[in-house]
Amino acid sequence: MLPAEPGMTPVDSAGCNRIDVVFDRLRRGGRKGLIAYITAGDPGYDTTAELVLAMERAGADLIELGVPFSDPMADGPVIQRASLRSLAGGTTLAGILGLVRSLRERTSVPLLLMTYYNPVLHYGLASFAAAAAAAGVDGLIIPDLPVEESAPLLAEMHPCHVHLIPFAAPTSTPQRLDRIGRLAGGFVYCVSLTGVTGAREGLPPGIEEFMERARACTTQPLAIGFGISSPGQAALMAQLGDAVIVGSAIVSLVEQYAADREQMLERVAALVGSLKQAISRVD
Amino acid sequence: MSLTTKIELPDAGGHFGAFGGQFVPETLMPALDELTRAYSEARQDPAFDEEFRYYLKHYVGRPSPLYFAERLTRRLGGARIYLKREDLNHTGAHKINNTLGQALLAKRMGKRRVIAETGAGQHGVAAATTAAMFDMECAVFMGEEDIRRQELNVFRMRLLGAEVVPVTSGNRTLKDAMNEAMRDWVTNVRNTYYLLGTVGGPHPYPMMVRDFQSVIGVEARAQLLEQEGRLPDCIVACVGGGSNSMGIFHPFLDDPVRLIGVEAAGQGIATGQHAATLTAGQVGVLHGALSYLLQDPHGQVVEAYSISAGLDYPGVGPEHSYLKDSGRAEYVAVTDSEALEAFQLLSRTEGILPALESAHAVAYAVKLVPGMDSDQIMIINISGRGDKDVPAITQILGVK
Repeated sequence: MLPAEPGMTPVDSAGCNRIDVVFDRLRRGGRKGLIAYITAGDPGYDTTAELVLAMERAGADLIELGVPFSDPMADGPVIQRASLRSLAGGTTLAGILGLVRSLRERTSVPLLLMTYYNPVLHYGLASFAAAAAAAGVDGLIIPDLPVEESAPLLAEMHPCHVHLIPFAAPTSTPQRLDRIGRLAGGFVYCVSLTGVTGAREGLPPGIEEFMERARACTTQPLAIGFGISSPGQAALMAQLGDAVIVGSAIVSLVEQYAADREQMLERVAALVGSLKQAISRVD
Repeated sequence: MSLTTKIELPDAGGHFGAFGGQFVPETLMPALDELTRAYSEARQDPAFDEEFRYYLKHYVGRPSPLYFAERLTRRLGGARIYLKREDLNHTGAHKINNTLGQALLAKRMGKRRVIAETGAGQHGVAAATTAAMFDMECAVFMGEEDIRRQELNVFRMRLLGAEVVPVTSGNRTLKDAMNEAMRDWVTNVRNTYYLLGTVGGPHPYPMMVRDFQSVIGVEARAQLLEQEGRLPDCIVACVGGGSNSMGIFHPFLDDPVRLIGVEAAGQGIATGQHAATLTAGQVGVLHGALSYLLQDPHGQVVEAYSISAGLDYPGVGPEHSYLKDSGRAEYVAVTDSEALEAFQLLSRTEGILPALESAHAVAYAVKLVPGMDSDQIMIINISGRGDKDVPAITQILGVK
């Protein structure tokens, strides 16, 4: 058992994972959550830290830090470019763990790493689990690690109280949704459409039916992501799940204002604020 | 005869020991399940086998000859050398064995659109060929850099009615083309069949592509038994993703035959400019499978390099990783210049221009054969013909 020292482990003083604490608070308050994604190290760890704090202040309930990978096959062009920029700047998984550790002195917002499997595998599953927990990572999202292959990592993460967030997709069969729902810790990441990450217009067809099927298979909260960029879309999606995930729209602003950090922080905070406001109006 | 002689591996989840598996987004998992089921049913259906064999014979032109290379044997002064002539297949390489099998499966599954990735364009051409024959829509993803280097194959694919989609992400080569094909598949998964070109990717591809390609080894085994009344002592084949080598190795796994896979050492392993994944890589996950992988100390995939575009890939099929670790097969690497020399040697001694990929296998044979006895037998898999490489080689050698 890890020491329950605040700020140093993914558990709060009561011994709970911060993700669970936040979703519990949202549920009791009858509110929906906003999960904001940025690619870590784009442009540089310092700016990432400032962005995290700015997004938290603007209303983000949980924050995903993307770990850049050379072959981001589940990502669209915006996050692909961000990954390349970040890698070119020298970002590493070890560096991102250091960033999380320093962020933990300044915030208790739940922090999740979204990474492809290879950097984690290469780090070593056991050492990664220990290092992530010690740094204060609360959850992991690994798009190329389906439930069939997740047992070795789960076995390492579980004792460290770091959640491995599984995905559910519109193509998932009832049998698969059952398995995903049973294994889920933290929340289930519901992919709103068949495709890669990136902003899209409107609401994907069949989303209501998919979310109903997902709901029936788990007691964990449901977060919807992929393709959500505008407050209007976020408001519609929030009616269907417990939280909404926005990534590419934020990363686009980071890219657009790369040369002007103040502008970048301001624009990102404004977008996060408007997304938060939009989903807060949902009953 | 069934499509394959081995059914022990992989396990139900696609694992060859520690290797293989299905490392893909959840969105694709149901499609892989569907594909696994459809393939398993097809494999047990005599009508599917019959149709596959019909086209292999009448369309591809199989069996390909197993040719005794008398002059090369005399020249090297060691084991008797036989060449398995995959270069004589329709479209000029072994790739069509696989695209034919998979196109028949796609047809059976009712998929009207196929997508494929290609590096040098050989798999792309084979995919476009079978798609044309079965009247399917076909999109081939190809890195912009490769499009520039392999203009002829781009024209061939377009003439065959395929759409060549330029890939501008990453370094614009095969690895990026494969990422983009995966992105298309995850988007259009409901109506699209991903026709993967090698024994890599998520299960069931490594198994399925191996099975379709194992026609090479099944034929070679029967042909040598007929011609020499015995099995070979050793088989040499080049390894990029590893489909031609797996195709010829697999039917010999239970025989006392040395199996040697030859990777591309490019400008030399020590220079870092190579594609020798099994020789110099570490275990990792890329494009859906756990296997050996060229990567940096942080688990980022590094670019491969080889003079041969077909070997220029930082990954390798998971069953090769299994054969390496179990010791059943040996893996070695030869450099660009060794391959170029072997290309010229085979051209001049036998009148056969091998693909630069296959020239790597010939180059290792050149090293090995003189140390073997004259009553021993080696088979070299000539996986493709070298016409596509003539412009590049002409430039390098300065032939007027």
